[in-house]
Amino acid sequence: MIALTRRELLRKSLLSGAGLFVAFHVPRKAGAVPQPSGKQLPDPNAFVRVAPDETVTVLLAHSEMGQGIWTGLAMLIAEELDCDWSKIRVEHAPAAPVYAHPAFGMQMTGGSTTTWSEFDRYRTAGAMARAMLLRAAAARWKTDAKRLRTENGFVLRGNDRLSYGQLAVAAQAQTPPKSVKLKDRKNWKIIGKPTRRLDTPEKITGKAQFGMDVRFPELRTALVARSPVFGGKVRSFDASKATSIKGVEQVVQVPSGVAVVATNFWSAKLGRDALVIDWDPGPGASVDSGKLLESYRAQAQTKGTVAAQQGDAEEALPHSSKRVVAEYDVPYLAHATMEPLNCAVRLADGHCEIWTGTQFQTMDQMSAARIAGVPQENVSIHTQFLGGGFGRRATPASDFVSEAVHVAKAAGVPVKTVWTREDDIRGGYYRPMFLHRIEVGLDDKGRPFAWKHTIVGQSILAGTPFEQFMVKNGVDSASVEGVVDSPYLESVPARLVTLHSPRLEVPVLWWRSVGNTHTAFAMESMIDELAWAARRDPLDYRSALLADKPRHLRALKTAAEKAGWGKAPPKGRARGLAVHESFGSIIAQAAEVSVDEHKEIHVHKVTCAVDCGTAINPLGVEAQVQGAVAFGLSAVLQSELTLKDGRVEQSNFHDYEVLRLPDMPEVAVHIIESDAKMGGIGEPATAPISAAVANAVYALTKQRLRSLPLRLA
Amino acid sequence: MRLNVNGTERQVDAPDDMPLLWVLRDVLGLTGTKFGCGMAQCGACTVHIEGQAVRSCVLPVSAVGNRMVTTIEGLSSDGSHPVQRAWAEQDVVQCGYCQPGQIMSAAALLAQNPEPTDQEIDLAMAGNICRCGTYQRIREAVRSAASKRRAER
Repeated sequence: MIALTRRELLRKSLLSGAGLFVAFHVPRKAGAVPQPSGKQLPDPNAFVRVAPDETVTVLLAHSEMGQGIWTGLAMLIAEELDCDWSKIRVEHAPAAPVYAHPAFGMQMTGGSTTTWSEFDRYRTAGAMARAMLLRAAAARWKTDAKRLRTENGFVLRGNDRLSYGQLAVAAQAQTPPKSVKLKDRKNWKIIGKPTRRLDTPEKITGKAQFGMDVRFPELRTALVARSPVFGGKVRSFDASKATSIKGVEQVVQVPSGVAVVATNFWSAKLGRDALVIDWDPGPGASVDSGKLLESYRAQAQTKGTVAAQQGDAEEALPHSSKRVVAEYDVPYLAHATMEPLNCAVRLADGHCEIWTGTQFQTMDQMSAARIAGVPQENVSIHTQFLGGGFGRRATPASDFVSEAVHVAKAAGVPVKTVWTREDDIRGGYYRPMFLHRIEVGLDDKGRPFAWKHTIVGQSILAGTPFEQFMVKNGVDSASVEGVVDSPYLESVPARLVTLHSPRLEVPVLWWRSVGNTHTAFAMESMIDELAWAARRDPLDYRSALLADKPRHLRALKTAAEKAGWGKAPPKGRARGLAVHESFGSIIAQAAEVSVDEHKEIHVHKVTCAVDCGTAINPLGVEAQVQGAVAFGLSAVLQSELTLKDGRVEQSNFHDYEVLRLPDMPEVAVHIIESDAKMGGIGEPATAPISAAVANAVYALTKQRLRSLPLRLA
Repeated sequence: MRLNVNGTERQVDAPDDMPLLWVLRDVLGLTGTKFGCGMAQCGACTVHIEGQAVRSCVLPVSAVGNRMVTTIEGLSSDGSHPVQRAWAEQDVVQCGYCQPGQIMSAAALLAQNPEPTDQEIDLAMAGNICRCGTYQRIREAVRSAASKRRAER
């Protein structure tokens, strides 16, 4: 592991003349003596650099992939440092243990966790830097730091003032304080204020550097021909035509296929097109998604591994006044990040240097070290802006990074592997196909009193290093989240949730909001079906069931009220509701839809109420909710991957369709002030939109659509 | 061959069939123009040719001739084009990868149609995909750039 010690960091900052570099590291073992108060400084580290030129550089332990932490984490530092916001710069941190995720112990970005997990660490970093600047000023003025105050990048004493830049070098020599007191929230000046993004200037001028944009003179571009069937292997290949193409320098075999290495993308592509490969497809060639769904349907009739149980649902069901049975299914989905995957690798002198946009630095380091045959601390990762992540750049197997290291190793030159859109759509690591079968018994008041729920779909975590933490008693938490912890189920006296996790060659992965993508669809559609079965208004019905859940209730009522629930919608339109908690946040949505003469569904308005605890940057929260709704709507209205004979039938945006601007509804976002524990915001709003739209379509047409994407008969 | 890019005549050594996108990115090092799909489906590669929005990923460089090519790098040197300013004011970007293409499409639209209706905006921007889902703010930014231009005249 790379142990960037404080001294090394200070040395580096000295070499660069950078001034104050707060790289405080509280060794875990150093605190062997128990703290009397039980209160400890935030465990690992936080980084902020104050330079003599007045710039304040924030080092980002996580990856910016659109979610806005480039701005949000800087706001946390700035709040406590009291610096001039216009002087803030942000950089991705290198891959090193000191940047490990506070909750997960490895450097990564995912699970909508960055902001809440860094809330204390980054504020503390800012506070410590401020304390050191104050001490430096006190030494300069020969006074007590307690008599000084700070304002917008200056330390003040009466009418005297010293800028942070003037104090930067002297502050660096100060001992970091042993403890700092963070501001009371009523004194916040930055946190909670709508703040525009810091990465806008480079992103609107084309200057922002993504992995795809990495260039240096000796870097070559490689395209890899991968098996058309998952798990297939190369039997033999003929590269003679490929190597005759101008610009193609070599063709090498790697575990995932055959790589064409060229001076530029176009030559590599033409070279790859000219390859003749004999594939051994293996058992994956039998996968047919249509037949697979039917097999899931059959499995759902049988009891799986128990994920949650209370009372005896099977015994109770026959005693219900009314029974409702429904099956919901969702297809495989690709993430289709706008920036196709890519990874540049240079192997030299026992070091492996990587330039890429990744969500999983530590896992990538480990994989690269293994393949390159170098110690992990000799693998450096230069994280570039990510052209979208949505989970795809967080593969436990580090698929695209591992492959790039293999190619660079085989080719013996620095190489950037580039995926085409076709490679991306057909490259696996999909949101898995899932089917839910739910049987609910209602009592004479129309309330559910028996609930039998069977879920069928591939486990994301099985076979990964995360299996030991997140698969308990054969149940992958990512397959059942949103069902086993559903607030509706809590009050159902007899309930049984079981899971079937078939193993298949198709690689699957987390996709924005993970299990909630299908569980929220199933749960919130079912609750709507129950409301109609009980002849109750869907808002009243939910409100009655959620009577003991004040946060859900408030979100639901806010969304309904702002959407005009109870008032007639415009002619030809209807509204549907859904509320779902995921990643620690609660989102309620009211969707307003119409159906045209071609039976196409149009979503006009989505009114969202959001309770994520404290909203650090409301402008960013709004953007994430709008974006998450759009991401979800692609899956609700358009996107679907199918496999036949083990081959993915779609290949690019013409047949794997995603939401475009004309289909974007007006998304109104109402943030509910809440002192609840802070939750995530990147993912939660993707989950309920499917049910909100399906429920609206039902209200309009009385057709209950239980398959995504929604298609009217 | 010769290529006029952002007002400068450039000597380019590239095969005739190489798409303009890859000439810009791999030969000239202008990486602001993005690769997204390679078949004119997503708009990430949008540039202007004589002011018209064109998908550079499917245009063979030999077809450009002596027409003027403008990329995001040439739209303004400092982000001061009215469309870029509107993008900043509306806080549009998220991951940012599609935004050069979005901005080039919007700039071409407003150059030809300074007062587009909402429907015309939808139509002109339909070819540019954004997976982060920034569409609502894109719409607002295009409207606001148009109304600013009106006010300035």
